[in-house]
Amino acid sequence: MSDRLSVFKTYKLYVGGKFPRSESGRVYEVTDSKGNWLANAPLSSRKDARDAVVAARKAFGGWSGATAYNRGQILYRVAEMLEGRREQFTAEVAAAEGLSKPKAAAQVEAAVDRWVWYAGWSDKAAQIAGSANPVAGPYFNLSSPEPTGVVAVLAPQDSSFLGLVSVIAPAVVTGNTVVVTASENSPLPALSLGEVLATSDLPGGVVNVLSGRTAEIAAPLAAHQDVNAIDLTGADAELAKDLEVAAADNLKRVLRPGPVDWTADPGTGRLLSFLETKTVWHPMGV
Amino acid sequence: MPITVPAYGKEAAGRLASMADVTADDGALRRFLHGLPGVDAVGLEARAATLGTRSIKTTAKAYAIDLAVSMIDLTTLEGADTPGKVRALCAKGINPDPTDRTAPKVAAICVYPDMVATAKEALGDSGIHVASVATAFPAGRVALPVKLADTRDAVAAGADEIDMVIDRGAFLSGRYLAVFEEIKAVKEACARPDGSAAHLKVIFETGELQTYDNVRRVSWLAMLAGADFIKTSTGKVAVNATPPVTLLMLEAVRDFHAATGVQVGVKPAGGIRTTKDAIKYLVMVNETLGARWLTADWFRFGASSLLNDLLMQRQKLSTGRYSGPDYVTVD
Amino acid sequence: MTFDGSMTFDYAPAPESRSVVDIAPSYGLFIDGEFAPGADGKVFKTVSPSSEEVLSEVAQAGADDVDRAVRAARKAFEKWSALPGAERAKYLFRIARIIQERSRELAVLESLDNGKPIRESRDADLPQVAAHFFYYAGWADKLGHAGFGPDPRPLGVAGQVIPWNFPLLMLAWKVAPALATGNTVVLKPAETTPLSALFFADICRQAGLPKGVVNILTGDGSTGAALVAHPDVAKVAFTGSTEVGKAIARTVAGTDKKVTLELGGKAANIVFDDAPVDQAVEGIVNGIFFNQGHVCCAGSRLLVQESVADEVLDALKRRMQTLRVGDPLDKNTDIGAINSAEQLARITALVEAGEAEGAERWAPDCALPGSGYWFAPTLFTGVTQAHRIAREEIFGPVLSVLTFRTPEEAVAKANNTPYGLSAGIWTEKGSRMLWMASKLRAGVIWSNTFNKFDPTSPFGGYKESGHGREGGRHGLEAYLNV
Repeated sequence: MSDRLSVFKTYKLYVGGKFPRSESGRVYEVTDSKGNWLANAPLSSRKDARDAVVAARKAFGGWSGATAYNRGQILYRVAEMLEGRREQFTAEVAAAEGLSKPKAAAQVEAAVDRWVWYAGWSDKAAQIAGSANPVAGPYFNLSSPEPTGVVAVLAPQDSSFLGLVSVIAPAVVTGNTVVVTASENSPLPALSLGEVLATSDLPGGVVNVLSGRTAEIAAPLAAHQDVNAIDLTGADAELAKDLEVAAADNLKRVLRPGPVDWTADPGTGRLLSFLETKTVWHPMGV
Repeated sequence: MPITVPAYGKEAAGRLASMADVTADDGALRRFLHGLPGVDAVGLEARAATLGTRSIKTTAKAYAIDLAVSMIDLTTLEGADTPGKVRALCAKGINPDPTDRTAPKVAAICVYPDMVATAKEALGDSGIHVASVATAFPAGRVALPVKLADTRDAVAAGADEIDMVIDRGAFLSGRYLAVFEEIKAVKEACARPDGSAAHLKVIFETGELQTYDNVRRVSWLAMLAGADFIKTSTGKVAVNATPPVTLLMLEAVRDFHAATGVQVGVKPAGGIRTTKDAIKYLVMVNETLGARWLTADWFRFGASSLLNDLLMQRQKLSTGRYSGPDYVTVD
Repeated sequence: MTFDGSMTFDYAPAPESRSVVDIAPSYGLFIDGEFAPGADGKVFKTVSPSSEEVLSEVAQAGADDVDRAVRAARKAFEKWSALPGAERAKYLFRIARIIQERSRELAVLESLDNGKPIRESRDADLPQVAAHFFYYAGWADKLGHAGFGPDPRPLGVAGQVIPWNFPLLMLAWKVAPALATGNTVVLKPAETTPLSALFFADICRQAGLPKGVVNILTGDGSTGAALVAHPDVAKVAFTGSTEVGKAIARTVAGTDKKVTLELGGKAANIVFDDAPVDQAVEGIVNGIFFNQGHVCCAGSRLLVQESVADEVLDALKRRMQTLRVGDPLDKNTDIGAINSAEQLARITALVEAGEAEGAERWAPDCALPGSGYWFAPTLFTGVTQAHRIAREEIFGPVLSVLTFRTPEEAVAKANNTPYGLSAGIWTEKGSRMLWMASKLRAGVIWSNTFNKFDPTSPFGGYKESGHGREGGRHGLEAYLNV
């Protein structure tokens, strides 16, 4: 063993493809499951949430307008990048969740596989969620799903990486852009994920990662008039209710929290939660 | 909007001259016709169907029935036509209902050119016009000089109106200027030595032109060439007048009038057999062109069996009981 | 008689007979298969908006009535949801057929209570009502094939609150999928149009529908609020204003209730320079004057390309002059009565705001009847995105005309609204139509047509126009535990 002094990592937010500190200048201490200090994480403010929404909105046109094939390629690229950083994430997950190294590795591998699974959905979701409608008249009539827009995601508190990936990927694969609040006590895997996304051809702003107090960041996101949907997975019942009330102001689509086994087959529920069905009519005649 | 002049009047030529640039050559005419707004078939048909749901009752129905009778070009265009048959038709045109002399007379008797003189004599001073088909009706597949001779012959025999057919082959193959020039030539052949002229109805045979876009284009083409009336059909093909085709022609007439001030008439022909159908057409005229077109000068029905149905409905309105075919005349 | 063009073709009155419908002087609530007065005996009058004549007196359901109805529905749910789908289907087919048989009666009733022209209630509302039941009837025994898992389960009691613009059609949109999927229903029709729902209760009895499967509560907003808040209501379906929709979203926050909301709109109807002009004009007229403009997806903003604006407006004004406003029961009426004095006041206020803000108001000459609630078909030119009449839903026969120069600008203006229910595109160029359709943020896009509906075609909005879809396979999801 060498006596070399290690280099600490400064964890930063990931917003609009860049790595800012919180505009508030605040940080909070992140500890492992036994209470040992791991790092300082940015303590995001309302303004950080606002900036992240601006970035997500700016990215929405391009990302939702990209071909499904292109989005699938990029998500698959994320999986490739993660695969190469398995050890780093295994260490972070082990520390964050108090898992043994093999168990943490299993979580990370499942997360990589989940990216791959969702990447494949990019050009298939429309085929299971759309329909050709046989209307009683001389009209071509087709319903197809479109992304809802900017989705605020409260990542699960208990699964800092597999859970995180399991809520981000289904939202972005269909063309939404996301502002995600990391697990409040275990934000480091999420902040590191930002570094992976930044090097995976994912356009800046498609995924924006904030760390801090979930309730503090979620309130402005739930009330934000330019956010189209909110995933309340990381909120407790009381917070979720308050946020759902706030979300009603512009009729956000709300995914309520509930118990989830992150290792189980995720099904298509989340994938289809942040889609709008658009139906187009056109006459048929000569 | 310019002051309205009739298509058959002296001033119309000047108005058409103002559009001369679009008929200067084949390219200009093609660009113009292809630049007309497209027609959405489903929307056109839906509008015609909606107008067909108007409910015309009591006094309005009585008015519409008499109006429709007065607009009929009572027609016989059979190889078996004889002077006797034509005279009988003329007698019916003058007095459609033998039991009720208040029934209006029809607008015209429509015959082949060789029957014009017979019809003219039979109609006397009734005021009913003689309309003659011409230009090798119904196919029109002869050389232009023959068409012109056919037309002149009918005019010389006393025809008040000439119903010509266009060269559908030329139109469908895109030779628009040829169609245009032919209509112009026939119009000139309608002139009489005294400076007056038979009115020219131009038959498109819309059932052969198939698309609504073609119907709008040919309507403009014919009006630019001097048509006094535009007419849907010969009655000799599978698809004759339909409400949407007629509505589209009414719209073309409306737009042409807005652009030039020239008033052109419309004649659906073939397949209109019932009072109910006829009233639907009158509603279309009323709501597309308005009262100015609701006279026999500007709207005609090319029909034969329609008249008896109108008369039976007319009897029903006046007596309150349904009539039957024994109470109208068979000719 | 001579015809010289000086006479006009005046259509004589052609009234549909009122005698086909027999309205009772009073109606109770329909709970558990029986009509009964409300618990506290309160009643309110429903009037014909075209004459202000009182048509009937109906019960005002209070909280106790809501509770009784929900309990009846909950009790009926056990057996109804356990019925084989094929049996539920046959009940719905029966209902569809009885509606077809009684369609003339129901059309007259709807025109009397709502004020809409008989031509529309007869040719649009009633055929769609029957078609909706017929369509969902066929789903009842095929739910395992609908893409929501092998055995999707119903939710329980559906609390449904519907608006006054298409009373019976909105009932059909709500009740048919709910019953097909095995839910039971407590439905509250709008305060100003309660009658057709009460007649529907009678149809349920004729069809032999088990007691409690459909319950009808008449009342006002407080009745609806109590229904939505009832703890045994598992599913809330609402069609109406965005304001009430938001209140409902707050009410159900933190519960397990599933919600669909079909709310307001401010649709752009976009006309390009290559549009089929005559059909576009028809589409504009149909878009905003259909049902007096009382349509959430109405094409209330006309966006016309500047290069053809004058031509389109001239044609539109010419066409508007032929619209016939008057007696809803006259078969030749195009535009009937405004549904209520309250709605008339709202339309009037917004139109006054339009004038005050500098837009130019135009309406054809048309005589309006002396009694009842009427508003002439109206258009505003010189409207900008900043005007209230370009932003707020008027829900009346009032069109705001704006112009654009390029497709990009058309998209930007069309999407510049918190609503996102529908949009129209008029162009003969297929690739432009598809590009526009992909860019417009709205749930229903009508290209070269407008205001078309079909039971197979999902309907619903983006953004503040609500969430969830009604109609088609998509419409099943709202009533299933998926």
